[in-house]
Amino acid sequence: MLEIKNLVVSKEGKNLLQGLNLTVLPGEIHAIMGPNGAGKSTLAKAISGDPSYQITGGEVLWKGESLSELEPEERAHRGLFMGFQYPLEIPGITNIQFLSAASNAKRKFLGLPPLTEEEFAGLLEEKMNLCQMKKEFISRNLNEGFSGGEKKKNEILQMTVLDPDLAVLDETDSGLDIDAMKVVAQGVNRFLSEDKAVLLITHYQRLLDYIEPDFVHVLINGRIVHSGGKELALDLETRGYDWLTTKVSV
Amino acid sequence: MTEQKTLMKSEYKYGFSTEIEMESIPKGLTEETIRLISQKKHEPFFLLEFRLKAYRKWLTMKEPDWANLKIPPIDFQEICYYSAPKVKQKLDSLDQVDPELLRTFEKLGVPIDEQKRLTNVAVDVVFDSVSLGTTFKKTLEDAGVVLCSISEAIEKYGDLIEKYLGTVVPIGDNFFSALNSAVFSDGSFVYIPKGVRSPIELSTYFRINDKKTGQFERTLIIAEEDSYVSYLEGCTAPAYDTNQLHAAVVELVAFDRAEIKYSTVQNWYAGDPETGKGGILNFVTKRGRCQGVSSKISWTQVEAGAAITWKYPGCILQGDGSIGEFYSVALTNGHMQADTGTKMIHLGKNTRSTIISKGISADKSHNTYRGLVTMGTKASGSRNYTQCDSMLVGDLCSANTFPYIEVANATGCVEHEASTSKMSEEQLFYLQTRGIAKEDAIHMILSGFCKEVMRELPLEFAVEAQKLLALKLEHSVG
Repeated sequence: MLEIKNLVVSKEGKNLLQGLNLTVLPGEIHAIMGPNGAGKSTLAKAISGDPSYQITGGEVLWKGESLSELEPEERAHRGLFMGFQYPLEIPGITNIQFLSAASNAKRKFLGLPPLTEEEFAGLLEEKMNLCQMKKEFISRNLNEGFSGGEKKKNEILQMTVLDPDLAVLDETDSGLDIDAMKVVAQGVNRFLSEDKAVLLITHYQRLLDYIEPDFVHVLINGRIVHSGGKELALDLETRGYDWLTTKVSV
Repeated sequence: MTEQKTLMKSEYKYGFSTEIEMESIPKGLTEETIRLISQKKHEPFFLLEFRLKAYRKWLTMKEPDWANLKIPPIDFQEICYYSAPKVKQKLDSLDQVDPELLRTFEKLGVPIDEQKRLTNVAVDVVFDSVSLGTTFKKTLEDAGVVLCSISEAIEKYGDLIEKYLGTVVPIGDNFFSALNSAVFSDGSFVYIPKGVRSPIELSTYFRINDKKTGQFERTLIIAEEDSYVSYLEGCTAPAYDTNQLHAAVVELVAFDRAEIKYSTVQNWYAGDPETGKGGILNFVTKRGRCQGVSSKISWTQVEAGAAITWKYPGCILQGDGSIGEFYSVALTNGHMQADTGTKMIHLGKNTRSTIISKGISADKSHNTYRGLVTMGTKASGSRNYTQCDSMLVGDLCSANTFPYIEVANATGCVEHEASTSKMSEEQLFYLQTRGIAKEDAIHMILSGFCKEVMRELPLEFAVEAQKLLALKLEHSVG
């Protein structure tokens, strides 16, 4: 469903991804690992269409269609979701207002009638229970004053409500205590089915104890330098990235 | 979508001017000019005296320089102080107005002909210096409500004008109020008799058309005991590359238990967004006196235009238990500058005031809140609550807050809260990745920020004002 070919991405004139290749098929979980500054977040931003990143080479195909001409919201309507490493705080907009606007925007694209406030409130309550979020979060302003863990849970809630086909989760595990991490992992595992896929960007192997990836890729200096199965993550945990860095420079 | 795009490109859709034959007096200001204006308007002697007194006072005064504004030098002798569309005969109704003018107002979204007018809103339209007429005259007459141009009021209700004009904003209050008192050409007059609730919203639409003409309108609203009125003004002007001066004075008087709600949606031409050339210089003095017990005056303003805004609508809370409110959204972008806020003067016992100010600054603009809260020695048990929030868009703009608080009695209570936030590309991107289009995302963030003010506006205007703000910011964020 996602096909990335020879992708070069730059920001402020600097190449951050330099010829990245990746294919994600339905039903798969891919984990992208790598040291700081390797380009992991850049990959997530490029897929979701952050205007401050420029695609200067290669392409990203989504269900066969090039993403480069599509606005971030158009990508969302077509089934892409990105969980942010640092979710933003938006004062003055309540969680429910925001989520119903987002959900109805997608329904509009799909040619479905918008949900009424009542219908949406019902749906949201159900999803919030699944994500173990307290009811009060419905009417709180979007991420405003949320703790790090609450923000990340809220990302998973948004994913659950918007029901995308591919979820790109950018370090959703960072800064989480073990309970919150379990909630996030449960959310991801519940989400996955044979026609959905997940791209997990993570720093640590820890999350992969709860979410079992089909593939692990190591990203260094803007390229995938090594790919393997879930055992690669364990390998990285004990050996670090140095042996791969050396491999690159050789 | 395509419509949205074109709107985004047309920076200021009210920037056109109307070709119409005007009758103007020569530019410049002397005692003769004032006599000429007074004579053209067939004014009674007391008004000529009022004007001349103001003119003499003005000569001794200096332009205020304390505001956080860079004001270009204004040559008061280069301004034309009276200009009016040539009228061949006296009009009986608005439908006889020059079709060119009717088309102008239609383009502005203020249709004034009989079939298309706004429902439930009576409109008085002022073009350059002169009122063109009022809609819904009959409905108002039946209720006993007076809404007319101040010129008409001078003719018909001379005693009321003589009694109240200049009593809330004295002639010598400030440089611009003195100038206005000397040369004002038209404006609106509203009178709500005892016990009457105005059945419809009252409104005045101000349009500056001429390039060299200053607009000096004068508004007076009197609400007798137990009456209620909601009044709204809207303003636009063509895009010229020179500045035009707008110096208005608004006075409100509320008697026992009366309530006046005064709303403004100001969208004067703000000058070229790139160069800062041109635009309206908006120097306005607005003040209300809550004269009666438990009376209430509420100011709501959406200030989205003008190159420079200098404006502090205030309330004198004289009657015991009277209430003053100020709700403001001031948006500046391009090279705009705004120094705006309010004055709440607590004189009576148990008086209350609320100030909610939302400043949004974008591009290279400067946005200042300046407010004064005074609790007099007799204002025991009085309270004020002030909330000032600023939102910055981009990093070349600035926002300032100058709250002045003077409390002269121990039982007064003054609260002040302030916050500053930023609307960023990242926030918009975040909302977009959830499927919300950029324009809608701007709209959402803005309406969240301004909601306490917007809900004070009459509904149909709140929707318009909301759109206006979002439209102004689309350039700045994108």
